[in-house]
Amino acid sequence: MRPFTYERATDVAAAARAAGSVQGARFIAGGTNLLDLMKLQIETPTHLIDVNHLGLDRIEKTDDGGLRIGALVRNTDLAADKAVRRDYGVLSRALLAGASGQLRNKATTGGNLLQRTRCPYFYDTRMPCNKRKAGSGCGAMQGMSRSLAILGVSDACIAQHPSDMAVAMRLLDAQVDTMGADGVARAIPIADFHLLPGDTPHKETALKAGEIITSVTLPKPIGGTHVYRKVRDRASYAFALVSVAAVFDKDGSARFAFGGIGAKPWRTPTVDAAAKHGAKAVAEAALSGARTTHHNDFKKLLVERTLTSLYRQREARA
Amino acid sequence: MSSDQLTRRGLLQGSAVLAAAAPTLSAAAPTPKTSGANAMMPVELTVNGREVHLQLDPRTSLLDALREHLHLTGTKKGCDHGQCGACTVIVEGRRINSCLTLAVMHDGEKVTTIEGLGTPDHLHAMQKAFIVHDGYQCGYCTPGQICSAVSVLEEIEAGIPSHVTADLNDVAISDAELRERMSGNICRCAAYPNIIAAMRDVAGEAKA
Repeated sequence: MRPFTYERATDVAAAARAAGSVQGARFIAGGTNLLDLMKLQIETPTHLIDVNHLGLDRIEKTDDGGLRIGALVRNTDLAADKAVRRDYGVLSRALLAGASGQLRNKATTGGNLLQRTRCPYFYDTRMPCNKRKAGSGCGAMQGMSRSLAILGVSDACIAQHPSDMAVAMRLLDAQVDTMGADGVARAIPIADFHLLPGDTPHKETALKAGEIITSVTLPKPIGGTHVYRKVRDRASYAFALVSVAAVFDKDGSARFAFGGIGAKPWRTPTVDAAAKHGAKAVAEAALSGARTTHHNDFKKLLVERTLTSLYRQREARA
Repeated sequence: MSSDQLTRRGLLQGSAVLAAAAPTLSAAAPTPKTSGANAMMPVELTVNGREVHLQLDPRTSLLDALREHLHLTGTKKGCDHGQCGACTVIVEGRRINSCLTLAVMHDGEKVTTIEGLGTPDHLHAMQKAFIVHDGYQCGYCTPGQICSAVSVLEEIEAGIPSHVTADLNDVAISDAELRERMSGNICRCAAYPNIIAAMRDVAGEAKA
């Protein structure tokens, strides 16, 4: 790990200001992804601003019936929150499908959104990686790409976004509330929060220098049956090969978002129109524009089969 | 010290002193420094009920603080990346990977390690159950397994659901629940069935 200085922030605006003015500064909350990458010197901040004591750890109702989730609410607490379990079951399910019990106890809501989009070649500093070192090339495209993305990819990067939580947040049309280094607050729709790799795969979010996530706000509950189905190589504690977040209504309409296949948490709202035509139709619509490699082409069939499984489970319960 | 007085723990403590000297060597490497970086920081922890005061490089993980500075070598370093769970300790009542957090981030907090759960004369119920049910072979992952297992039963008691909980509002103990919740602790000897048996034993005791 490279040397760094450390400070414990006690005020949101001051933390944002400090992060915006100190070159090489980074926020640290749970630290489960940042420290992992710092040990490998893939992340090399020169100054860490510990935001764990900013008091952003409450979950509260908003005036219009939604839910405001503090950026520092731990994954365990968010998944177990009574209102989330009752009204946003897909979010509880997605959180519980991710990581391990120890990591969920530490990982935060804001930090989960900011974990690096990463692939094995991003971690292997002996290999080229456009995300780690701009213009160095991509080890994955001609390498082992079985787990990597098939939607939203570019010639520079095919890494898949690893979060489960963010897929549910995307399905629920969450908004990310921030404060900038200039003290100005803004709300970013989650659809615009994560960026596609394009020519700049190292830029993963819409956040500006110093900008800090203060909360994530969910709109009022949409009802329906909430499901999150994750398919992976191990039964637990593994990234998704494919995951589907869905909310089904009684009349057969539904909305869908996908994990494991996109360069960012993946949702195309027009796909929902295919819901009444069944799993195959939804898969076809969702996979329009998919770009696969020899290794990860199977994900297209896996998306269809995962959806088929969800539909059958739904029919069995009806 | 004569050779028959040599213990594994004594050797480890000796090597911890050597390890502490190592940063002096790496500091000579041409790493660009920022102003103030490498400055030691005061960290106060309550470890197993005992208040300790340390001066630490901010890079020191909680795991290294426990092992190298406090010589509490029960907590183990496996992967050092949060993948194996050997470093699991309980901080402010919650199990975490001590390798993936900085000691300075826990200034003022309470930490419980395997040494704090029980002693050789007064074992914790989970430690006893691991012995009775043979919940280990080589024992390297065991301290992490036991810290995790103690927390898992508390998490179920608190009604925290898991990935395999069918109804999010109805949390109960089952083998499937215990396996899922223990997935962050790897055992290369594959003592998993016996670990589950030990946990069920303790859960039964607690309910009786």
